[in-house]
Amino acid sequence: MIFLNDPIGFIAGWIRSLLTGWGLSSGLVTVIIYFIGITVLIIFAMVLDILLVWVERKVVARFQDRLGPNRIGPFGLIQPFADIIKLIIKEDITPTGADKILYNLGPVLAIASVIILWAILPISSKIFGVDLNVAVLYLVAAGALGTLSIIVGGWASNNKYALLGAFRMVANMVSYEIPMVVVLLIPTILANSMSVQGITQAQRGMWFAILSPLGLIVFLISAIAELGRSPFDLNEAESEIVAGFHIEYTGMKFGLFYAGELLHAFTFGGFIAVLFFGGYGGFFGLETVGFFSWLNNPFIQVVVFLAKAMFGYWVIMWIKYSMPRIRIDHMLTFNWKFLTPLALVVLVNTAVLSKVLAGLPNWGYVLGMFFSNIVIGYITVEILRSYGRKQRKAEATLSPQRAQN
Amino acid sequence: MSIPLSWFLILAAALFSIGLFGVLSRKNAIAILLGVELMLNAVNINLVAFWRYQDPAKMAGQVFAIIVFAVAAAEVAVGLALIISVYRSRKTVVADEIDLMKW
Amino acid sequence: MTADQIIFLLCAALILGSALMVVITRKLIHAALWLVAALFGVAILFAILQAGFLAVVQVVVYIGAIAILFIFAVMLTRREMLDNGAQTRSNWWLPALLGFLILAGLVFLIIGQPAFGQSAAEMPTGVDTLRNLGIALVSPDAYVLPFEVASILLLAALVGAVYVASGNKE
Repeated sequence: MIFLNDPIGFIAGWIRSLLTGWGLSSGLVTVIIYFIGITVLIIFAMVLDILLVWVERKVVARFQDRLGPNRIGPFGLIQPFADIIKLIIKEDITPTGADKILYNLGPVLAIASVIILWAILPISSKIFGVDLNVAVLYLVAAGALGTLSIIVGGWASNNKYALLGAFRMVANMVSYEIPMVVVLLIPTILANSMSVQGITQAQRGMWFAILSPLGLIVFLISAIAELGRSPFDLNEAESEIVAGFHIEYTGMKFGLFYAGELLHAFTFGGFIAVLFFGGYGGFFGLETVGFFSWLNNPFIQVVVFLAKAMFGYWVIMWIKYSMPRIRIDHMLTFNWKFLTPLALVVLVNTAVLSKVLAGLPNWGYVLGMFFSNIVIGYITVEILRSYGRKQRKAEATLSPQRAQN
Repeated sequence: MSIPLSWFLILAAALFSIGLFGVLSRKNAIAILLGVELMLNAVNINLVAFWRYQDPAKMAGQVFAIIVFAVAAAEVAVGLALIISVYRSRKTVVADEIDLMKW
Repeated sequence: MTADQIIFLLCAALILGSALMVVITRKLIHAALWLVAALFGVAILFAILQAGFLAVVQVVVYIGAIAILFIFAVMLTRREMLDNGAQTRSNWWLPALLGFLILAGLVFLIIGQPAFGQSAAEMPTGVDTLRNLGIALVSPDAYVLPFEVASILLLAALVGAVYVASGNKE
């Protein structure tokens, strides 16, 4: 195996031959190689996180019609390092009455629940952490750990506002896990496998975003709610509860929460790319043509994956900086009365149609699934419109003066 | 896998007896429920260990473990709802003080 | 002492240590968080037993839902932020003795069976446990009936819990 075709196998084989030459036993060498791999993956994720801080600030500046950081370094590229140095040299305050162990555990759990997701992210067909056969469910489990970190952080701060922010945030995250789990079953059904490698391979013919656009939309909405970004960002509602559950965190602990949130957003962008946009491959069969076979190279696949993940992250940022915040009761109503039934309907539709249309040729299958989603979307919009009409009529009869204004 | 089955069973037995101690010796009703959760986890460890060591091709052990998950979730939900409701009326969750049938 | 056994002993130490802290610690919120550690140890144990799906479901259901329910219930039922006084009953030595006797009896029974002392056979190749589990849960000559009954039980528990916890508005 040469380096260009299988980088991880090549490097692992080289390290193994080196270490067994020094006389270590084979089992110990395997463990050492695993630890080196884990360290490299975590370093890659954290360095990417630093770059994401710069990307976030530049993009939000452009959305708000200004330039963003452009003084430190060319195009402001050294700005994240300035931020990190500022956060590290800030005073580390622990509030009185705070539970010291839990107070320090909160940020650690928050960033840990994001980094463990990088173990299953398929960066390329040969470069990934592990190919779990239950990877889709592992995504939900990592979200559960994130929820735990918010409660621990909110409780340990010994602050009423932190606790309130943590309660609302956890109610948000636990509620939006339901449509996310339901919609995560859609790529599973379409690909006949829960492993992310299997889902990526199954999208060689056609992206799942085209087979099930409503699934993509519902997953996007529930992912944004899981991340705690606007329009679902109750924990950062500055005008309502100051800074939510991370009020009392200063310095690098707050930096860990913030960096964890950005990395989480990028990781979910990566998962949207993997689950719905074809991951590192997915050129509609282009790579089988002889001329384009270089698209199968692992390094090109890494570039393709990062580009798609950055696109997903950009969509999440676009929604964040264009929409106002939603009130907590509206948010929960939206989830339980609209998003969950919609997700269930889309799932049943995908499951039934994927078996009914299986006999048709490829273009018939794709068009059938796509149009069924359009029909469901149209029916949903009609239901919403009639509901809105009824509400407007009820308000008009209640107060005719208000209706005339 | 070179771990004998008896190790898993002894671990499950120890977890079960720790849970039993928690149920019988704690005052707070929520702490009693925590002990019950430990006992249910011990049962799950037993089921999955027997599944793996006897016949991994048949799924009876894992299916039983999944049913135990569902039952444990249902029991915790109803139990905690009852405790919260009792707390609202009686302002206490100490099990000894909840001793009247009707008030 | 092979690597498997070392990992198992570390995992067992985590589980039993956390379980002991659950039943001994004074502050209830710490007990709930030690329960999270014990449940995580059980998930690692399931992964050692090559039941990967159950390990992930353990994290999602127990840690992601049940443990969070416990933490919310603890926070909603305290009067002050402190837990005063003894948390165990005054005759705690009796449950301790009972637990120890039960443990001794079970260990005696387990060691008495020579068949339990053997290591596991290799997993038969070509067995896809995830697929078999899915088929077993919905196949009519397997376990579809307990599966459906469990879902009805969960529905009843959901409705009941919402009704009981919402309080009777009279």
